[in-house]
Amino acid sequence: MKTVYTRPKSLKDAPYHYCPGCGHSIVHRLICELVDEMDLRGRIICIPPAGCAVLAYNYFDFDTCESAHGRGCAIATGFKRARPDKLIFTYQGDGDMAAIGTAETLHAANRGERITSIFINNAVYGMTGGQMAPTTMVGQKTSTSPYGRRTEIEGYPLKITDLIATLPGAAYVTRTSLATPAKIRETKRSIKKAFEVQMAGIGYSLVEILSPCPTNWKVTPRESFTYLEEIMEKEYPIGVMKDITAKKEG
Amino acid sequence: MSKKVLMKGTDAIAEAAIRAGCRCYFGYPITPQNEIPEYMSRRMEEVGGVFLQGESEIASINMVLGAAATGMRAMTSSSSPGISLKQEGLSFLAALELPAVIVNINRGGPGLGNIAPSQGDYYQATRGGGHGDYRMPVYAPASVQELYDITMRAFDVADLYRSPVMILGDGMMGQIVEPIELNERPEADLPPKDYILDGADGRPSRIIKSLILDPAEMEEHNWKLKRKYDLMLKSARWEEYLTDDAKLVVIAYGTAARIAKGAVKRARSEGLKVGLIRPITLWPFPEEAIRNAAKHSKVFLAFEMSTGQMVDDVRLALEGRAECEFYGRPGGVVPLPQEVAMIIQRIWLQKEL
Repeated sequence: MKTVYTRPKSLKDAPYHYCPGCGHSIVHRLICELVDEMDLRGRIICIPPAGCAVLAYNYFDFDTCESAHGRGCAIATGFKRARPDKLIFTYQGDGDMAAIGTAETLHAANRGERITSIFINNAVYGMTGGQMAPTTMVGQKTSTSPYGRRTEIEGYPLKITDLIATLPGAAYVTRTSLATPAKIRETKRSIKKAFEVQMAGIGYSLVEILSPCPTNWKVTPRESFTYLEEIMEKEYPIGVMKDITAKKEG
Repeated sequence: MSKKVLMKGTDAIAEAAIRAGCRCYFGYPITPQNEIPEYMSRRMEEVGGVFLQGESEIASINMVLGAAATGMRAMTSSSSPGISLKQEGLSFLAALELPAVIVNINRGGPGLGNIAPSQGDYYQATRGGGHGDYRMPVYAPASVQELYDITMRAFDVADLYRSPVMILGDGMMGQIVEPIELNERPEADLPPKDYILDGADGRPSRIIKSLILDPAEMEEHNWKLKRKYDLMLKSARWEEYLTDDAKLVVIAYGTAARIAKGAVKRARSEGLKVGLIRPITLWPFPEEAIRNAAKHSKVFLAFEMSTGQMVDDVRLALEGRAECEFYGRPGGVVPLPQEVAMIIQRIWLQKEL
């Protein structure tokens, strides 16, 4: 009998603490599959965020170093500059990446740090209980925007990935979604590409992943995928925003 | 004996760090310590190390954290307002038990204050500074040679205890130029770095983390750190000057101690039996030396370039064995030895010594 599906070796045999329907567990699995397939376990180091995925180290069976909220890209910079031969990636949520860590993120990208960021955008602060995120959409209700996000009060959703795509230090910048199996497979291809760009030493790579948070969106897991595709993907269109390797090939 | 060279305080710190094997420097410009990153930007290139100007002090201390987690010797430097920003990182370095050297060239404050020498950051330095229940060794050099020697030592202490270590200077210490010997790095018996992250190649994966949600486990981590701090207590260092027969002992550190030494010399020339204890470590504080001096001296004078911070530690050390007077000049004012000598004389007369 042929085995067609199994737990990746790099994914620990531990039950996830994530809510039912949460996108983190999907992305964790994709990363671990790639670590196995690309034989990266001996050189990869993850910097998890402060946020729901702070406990990623309970699931990743490779080296991980905690970060203070938002400081992932600065810590990753320290790692990479000290050990350029290692593959360093940050795993960050929207608050971590685009609110408290905006400076660290933008400057690491602009320096062209040879690091990769996996950016989980679910438009809400999950761990602290569903408060407004920098990526919360106009009109979206959260526990700190109970009347819906109003632009005249809370401003606009911050599209940090679009900003980063304009920076010369960024080599590969893309936005994907977990809304369908096909899009999940595309997400895996994007993460692989981001790791390859880092290993080629040509600049910063970023994969933004639109990810469901049914608990804080107050919908069922099934409805969350519809919400993802019909609402989030409208605000945050998926697709490659920058790929300097494509230019070279062209 | 190696050849003497004329060196500025900030350059001595940077050169000592390089010779101590520091190969990663991250920092953000702020006066009066810019000569350290400037020196490092030249020298790190020569020795194949890393110099990177971070986008902020917060980013810089976190870069230090990342480099330290790979096992590299790493440091940062700043001045008072910048050190405030680094406190988040200091708390994490203490919690994660990662070694690093942090230099604070203390300037006048609070707020932006000014760029003149001050000792207003004593509390922040010796009480941990960031959030949570932690301590870190703090050194207060008082000459360029000592800046050099202590910087070198600081990296060993950081590795020995897996702890951030602070060197607390001030604008005067940073700018002063003196002849020094570029001593070689002393031998040190240090534990192997078995905690570093360099990829789980043929070994179990490792986690560096401070999140401990179970209060009982967190309590155990706190006690573990406390046991480490208790070990550090044995490494208190100080200099004594004419204390053997002193009836009045001045306590001062850093630039203030140099001024105080001049004042003690003046007092002695007028026949007053005055001595000086100069704490070289501010944490741990040299309590033993102060208690010993209290056997023959019933009056102490804490002299600081602040409104009075170290004086609390002197009084805690004395535990009521002797009186402790205070004289301070905050805000970046550097008084002359004559001024402190007059204070000594006044106390001498008032206390009928």
